[in-house]
Amino acid sequence: MYQFELETAKSPDTLRRIVIEPVSRVEGHGKVTILLDDDNKVHQVRLHIVEFRGFEKFIEGRPYWEVPVLVQRLCGICPVSHHLAASKAMDMIVGGAQLTPTAEKIRRLMHYGQMLQSHALHFFHLSSPDLLFGFDSDVAKRNIVGVAAANPDVAKKGVLLRKFGQEVIRVTSGKRVHGTGSVPGGVNKALTPEERDYLLKDADQMVAWSRDAVRIIKQLHRQNAALYDSFGLVPSTMMSLVGPGGELDFYHGALRAKDKDGEAIFDQVSYQGYNTLLTEGVKSWSYMKFPYITALGDENGWYKVGPLARIQNCDSIPTPLAEEERKEFEAYGNGKPQHASLAFHWARMIEMLCAAETIKSLLVDDDMLGRDLVASGPRRSEGIGVIEAPRGTLFHHYRVDDDDLVTYANLIVSTTNNNTAMNVAVREVAKKYLSGRELTEGLLNHIEVAIRCFDPCLSCATHALGKMPLEVSLVDAGGTVIHRLTKGEDGEIRS
Amino acid sequence: MSNGQDTKSFFLDEDEIPFEEGQTIIQAALTAGKYIPHLCYHPEFKPHGSCKLCTVRIDSRTITTEDGQTVKIPGRAAASCTTPAQADQHVESNTPELLDLRRTLVQMLLVEGNHFCPSCEKSGKCMLQGLAYDLGVMDPHFPQYFSKREVDASHPDVLLDFNRCILCELCVRASAEVDKKNVFSLSGRGVTKHLICNSESGLLGDTNLAATDKAANVCPVGVILHKRHGFEVPYGQRRFDTAPISDNPVQYAPVKEQV
Repeated sequence: MYQFELETAKSPDTLRRIVIEPVSRVEGHGKVTILLDDDNKVHQVRLHIVEFRGFEKFIEGRPYWEVPVLVQRLCGICPVSHHLAASKAMDMIVGGAQLTPTAEKIRRLMHYGQMLQSHALHFFHLSSPDLLFGFDSDVAKRNIVGVAAANPDVAKKGVLLRKFGQEVIRVTSGKRVHGTGSVPGGVNKALTPEERDYLLKDADQMVAWSRDAVRIIKQLHRQNAALYDSFGLVPSTMMSLVGPGGELDFYHGALRAKDKDGEAIFDQVSYQGYNTLLTEGVKSWSYMKFPYITALGDENGWYKVGPLARIQNCDSIPTPLAEEERKEFEAYGNGKPQHASLAFHWARMIEMLCAAETIKSLLVDDDMLGRDLVASGPRRSEGIGVIEAPRGTLFHHYRVDDDDLVTYANLIVSTTNNNTAMNVAVREVAKKYLSGRELTEGLLNHIEVAIRCFDPCLSCATHALGKMPLEVSLVDAGGTVIHRLTKGEDGEIRS
Repeated sequence: MSNGQDTKSFFLDEDEIPFEEGQTIIQAALTAGKYIPHLCYHPEFKPHGSCKLCTVRIDSRTITTEDGQTVKIPGRAAASCTTPAQADQHVESNTPELLDLRRTLVQMLLVEGNHFCPSCEKSGKCMLQGLAYDLGVMDPHFPQYFSKREVDASHPDVLLDFNRCILCELCVRASAEVDKKNVFSLSGRGVTKHLICNSESGLLGDTNLAATDKAANVCPVGVILHKRHGFEVPYGQRRFDTAPISDNPVQYAPVKEQV
């Protein structure tokens, strides 16, 4: 695959190695390695995903109706995304892709509840310490406990926003984490009037607090525009689902990609053709794949997904307050797309506001109390389900044999889509802030801040089995290589 | 206590349990509303006595030694599903010793098979899981065996996931005694013992099992499942969400034939 600037040093053996492990305040386990010369000049920076999950493999051989419940165990933060993406794929298997109105709205409510809780978790618990106190502030206070001490009102809103999102998930799926609400072709329950009223009583408050959160990040952005507009700048293509009218839609839509200048690359492309549209590249130093747009190649075809892509790819947001904020965000860029990594936070909070508004409007819809829960039709052998998860576009693809067992599973998880972009961002930050300077904890935190902007879920993102290029060397006591085996991207083993 | 008439009784822990001639201890106890944990017992089939969950102690004695100490001599251990009730017996079931042994049995079953409750359709209505919760099993204790077992999806309507088999033989007995088909049997001994299907290929799809058979609807765990049905009952409404397995023991008692 194409090698990016600062991806691989010419003589790594002669360089000093700095390791940030684990990367903190993200989901899952990852590390960053930085190779420096004697003058602290940066020669190589890599974000490695060091954990391995392998869900793609052990889903094989399981009955298809088990998959939406099984596969959500990928993650404890965004299991709803996997639950629903797998359900959408299995809807196709059972011929029930045209859901009943009640089923579709219940799933939407569940999904927007998850968007609310995940975005609240990320902004308030994981990122606000950096943003409120500064990247190199006292590390002992740079956490949610520090935020609660210094800004109790902000911390309280963060906790309660997340709680509300979790309650929406509980009511629709049975549990706050890892419920079973969605089944192939529909859902297993609707809302009772009591459940609707229970959620509705707090809905206005959640919209108000989400607006406050947008105000906080907007203010931070404007107060320190020089930093926020340049930190971790990653001009790139952006990809997301959009609705049929180009509107923001987290649950369903078609793919749209715009280049770094905002020009359309493709639009309203059905995600059923994702596997020709995208290619999943691999590199020997990471368990996470590197997808790119096939037509643009591995050098130019990489892209960003997630809030920053979604907010700038869509033509509008269907809820009024979030749409107002989107327009302000758009105006801030003077007509040009924003690619600075910290802009992710602003976009994320606009999405949280959209989620809160959507939850409120769904709750007053009488279809939520309906009884027609499951649809079915002609059985199919292949299903692809795609959804906009909190961290970006999530692809689930399955094949099911005549005996109802899964024979093939392929997942492109949101964070995986951002792999190249995250690596480019940390290299940009390393070059700008670290190179040639004496390293401190605060400086190294700049690297983590750049990663956190993407809100990566590293545990979600590592599933390919047997696809990673590997090299095994047998070395004698004197350091001489006796034998070497390599496995290429094609899976072939060569000596 | 025997009253000399038709009704006889025995003592289960502190309670007097009436029984009819020919009843086993567990049948009498369940009929009287006293729960004894069990897995391979089923009111409709011949008792089997293999899971040992229903083990009780009968007629323990307390003696005083020469130096004045009181010592309990444990009674004989017996499977209450195969032991006939006898008048004036003193049966112990709810004792720390027996509860501890039952926990250990459940833990061994949990590690012997591949019981991944989070993605199992039977979760919430599984007898093994229900017992584990009821007995307070907090961890598997033993190392996971990770047995290599297959899924048989050859039948059009019924799936077999051997990963979860606890060898209770309820399906074997249901098929033989009720369905009169002999679709299932156990084969092998010791650690190699496993459930097999009665067909030349060994596949369920080549047997004459029907989804409406008793054998297809009696599995206490997640082995015999109806295809294309999963997770249809929401959390909170599943069998053991509403009441623990030990609640309402009469539900497990033999149904009296209408005269």
